[in-house]
Amino acid sequence: MSADVPLHARRPRWRPGPAMRRLGLTVAGLALAIGATFALEPYRAYQVAVVAAYLCATAGLTLLVGRGGQLSLGHAALMAAGAYGFGLSSNALSAGGAAGAVRLVVPLAVGVLAAAALGALLGAAGARLRGPYLAGLTLAVVVAVPAITSTFSKALGGDRGLWIEIERRPDALRPWVGAEQWQAWVAIVAAALVLLVLGNLASGSAGRQIAAVRDDEAAARLAGIDVTRVKVVSFTLSAAAAGLGGAVLAYVTQIANPGAYSLVFSLFLVVAVVIGGLGSLAGAFWGALLLVALPEATSSIAETLPVSPALAQRLEGNLALLVFGLLLIVLMIAAPRGIHGALARARGALRRRWRARGPAPAPAPVPESAAARAPTTG
Amino acid sequence: MDHFLHLLSSGLARGAVFAVFALALVLIWRAARIVNFAQGAMAAATTYLAFAVTTATGSYWLGLGAAVLGGAALGFAVERGVMRHVAGRSPLNSVIVALGVVMVLQAVLGIAFGNDYKPMAVPFSMEPLWVAGTPLLSPYDLYVLGAVAVLLVGFGLLFTRTSVGLRMRAAAFAPETSRLLGVPVSRMLTLGWTLSAAVGALAAVLVIPTELGLNPHATDTLFVYAFTVAIVGGLDSPVGAALGGLAVGVLLSMVTGYLGSTLAPIAVLALLVVVLIARPSGIFSARQARQA
Repeated sequence: MSADVPLHARRPRWRPGPAMRRLGLTVAGLALAIGATFALEPYRAYQVAVVAAYLCATAGLTLLVGRGGQLSLGHAALMAAGAYGFGLSSNALSAGGAAGAVRLVVPLAVGVLAAAALGALLGAAGARLRGPYLAGLTLAVVVAVPAITSTFSKALGGDRGLWIEIERRPDALRPWVGAEQWQAWVAIVAAALVLLVLGNLASGSAGRQIAAVRDDEAAARLAGIDVTRVKVVSFTLSAAAAGLGGAVLAYVTQIANPGAYSLVFSLFLVVAVVIGGLGSLAGAFWGALLLVALPEATSSIAETLPVSPALAQRLEGNLALLVFGLLLIVLMIAAPRGIHGALARARGALRRRWRARGPAPAPAPVPESAAARAPTTG
Repeated sequence: MDHFLHLLSSGLARGAVFAVFALALVLIWRAARIVNFAQGAMAAATTYLAFAVTTATGSYWLGLGAAVLGGAALGFAVERGVMRHVAGRSPLNSVIVALGVVMVLQAVLGIAFGNDYKPMAVPFSMEPLWVAGTPLLSPYDLYVLGAVAVLLVGFGLLFTRTSVGLRMRAAAFAPETSRLLGVPVSRMLTLGWTLSAAVGALAAVLVIPTELGLNPHATDTLFVYAFTVAIVGGLDSPVGAALGGLAVGVLLSMVTGYLGSTLAPIAVLALLVVVLIARPSGIFSARQARQA
C-alpha cells in the first residue's frame, strides 16, 4: 500500500512532524502529571496510579478493536499475565537478594513479555478468525484464568492470589515523595511510554495497514499486505500494552489475584474504549478515568440512598456494572464512535463550514467509506 | 472400567444440555448472523425466575414453565428493544451491544438477589442407577436426556414439517427473496430470538442446579462451553450442535473424572484453540469457508 496518498492540500507554514509533536506532547503531559501528584493526597495518588495502569490496557485495546476490528474480551487475562509475570519475577529477584532499579525494571519487562507471548499465541490462533470467533476465543481465555491459577496454585497462589515483594521508592526521594506518589510516577511513565509507542504506530504506515486489513482483507492482501502478520503483530502489541498495565497494577497493589482479572473486568475495559471512542487514544484516557471514577461515585451514591443495609451492599457491588452496561448499549446504538468521535465530528463539521466560506477552495472530501463501515476510526 | 462407563454416561447427559444451549446459539446465528453473547446472562435471568417461582409456589414444574415463558419474553424484548437497532452495522457492534445486555442483566440480578449462590432443588434423585453392577445414569440424568430428546425432535419437526419453520429458514438464508415472496422477514427474526431464548432458558434450568450453582455469573462458563460446542459442530449446523454438545460433554466428564474439575475450563479452551486452528468452519459443517 502506498505510504503517501495526498488526502489534504499541504499547508504552506512549517509544522513539526507528527512524531516530534507527539514526543513533545508526551513529555509535556508527563511533566504536568508528575508535577500534579505533589498536590494530591496519598489515596488520590494511588487512584492516579490505577488510572495510568488501566490506560495502558485501554490504549492497547482501543487500537486493536477500533483500528484493527479485532474484538478481544480477554484483555483482563492479558493483564493477569502481566501481573503474574511481574509478581513471580519480582519475588524471585527478591529471594535472590537483588535490589535497586533492577528489581523494578526487570519484573515490568517480564510482565510485558509474558502478556506479549500469550498475545502472540492468541493472535496466531485468531488471525484466521473475525468478529465473534475471536471474541469467543478470548472469552474462553478469561474464563479459564481462575482455573489456571488454582491448577498451579503452588506457584500462583490459587484464589487468594500472589503476594509480591516489590522495590520501593529510592532512599534519596524518601523525604519528599510519598509511597503512593512514587507508584503514581511509575504508572504515569509506563502509560506515557505506551501512548507514545502506540500513537506513533497508529499514525504511521503500520496503522494504515491495520485499518486496511480491517476494512477488506482480500483487498489488503492484493495490495501486498501480509494479513496474518499484521493481525498477529497488532494483537501482540496490544497484549504487551495490557501486560504492562497489569504489571504496573501488580506493582501498585502488591498482589496478583484472579478475582481482579475477571470477565467483568474485561467487559469494563471494552466499555471504557467504547465510551471514549473506539480507536482513539485520547478516548482510552477518558475511559480509563471513568473506570476508576464511576465505581467510586456509584458506591458513594449507594451509601447515601435510604435503603436497607443489605440492599445498599448489593447496590454497591452492582450499580457500576449496571451503569456501564446501560452506557455501552446506549452509546453503541446512538453514538458508536463514542464521546471522542462525537466531538471530532462536530469539529470537522465546523471546519468544513469555515473552509467553505474562506478564500481557498475546499479540499476534496476524504472518502469516508472505510470509516463508515467499521465501528469507527478515531 | 466402571468408572469410565459412569463418566461416559453422565458426560452424555451433561453434553445433551450443552447441545441444547448451543442449539440456541445456532438458531440466532442462522436467523441473524449474530453470535448472541448475551445468551448466558439471559438464561441466568430466567433461571432466577424459575428459582423465585419455585420458592413462592413450591412447584418445580411451575418454575420450569415460568423460565421457558420468561425466556421467550426476554428474547423478544432483547431483539425488539436492543439488537434490532444495531443490525446491519459491523458484526462487532452487535457483539458489543450484547455484552452491554450481559452487564445490565448481571447487575440487575445481583441487585435483586445478591451475588451469593442460591440452592436449587431438582425433582429427581441425583444418585446413579446401577445396571448390571455398574453405576450409570441417575434419574435426573434420564429426565434431562428425555427433555432434550423431546426438544430436539420438536425443533426438527418445526423446521422441516411446518410452514412457519419453512418461512424461518427462508428468511434466514435468502432474506431479500423471502421478502419478495411475502415472508415477514423481520417478524421471523424476532421469532427466532424468542425461540432461541426459550431454548437457552430450558437448558440453563436443567444444568444450573446440578453443575454450576445459581448466581448471576453462573452462566459465563456455560456460555463458553456452548460457544465451543457451536464452533466444534459448526455454527450453521443444528445436527453439529447436537453431536458437538455430546462430544464436549463427554470430554468435560472425562477431564473432571480423571484429572480434576479445575482443569475443565482449560480443557475446553484447548479444544477451542485446536478446532479454530485446524478446522475453523467446524467439524460437522459442510461449508468451505466462513463469511462473517
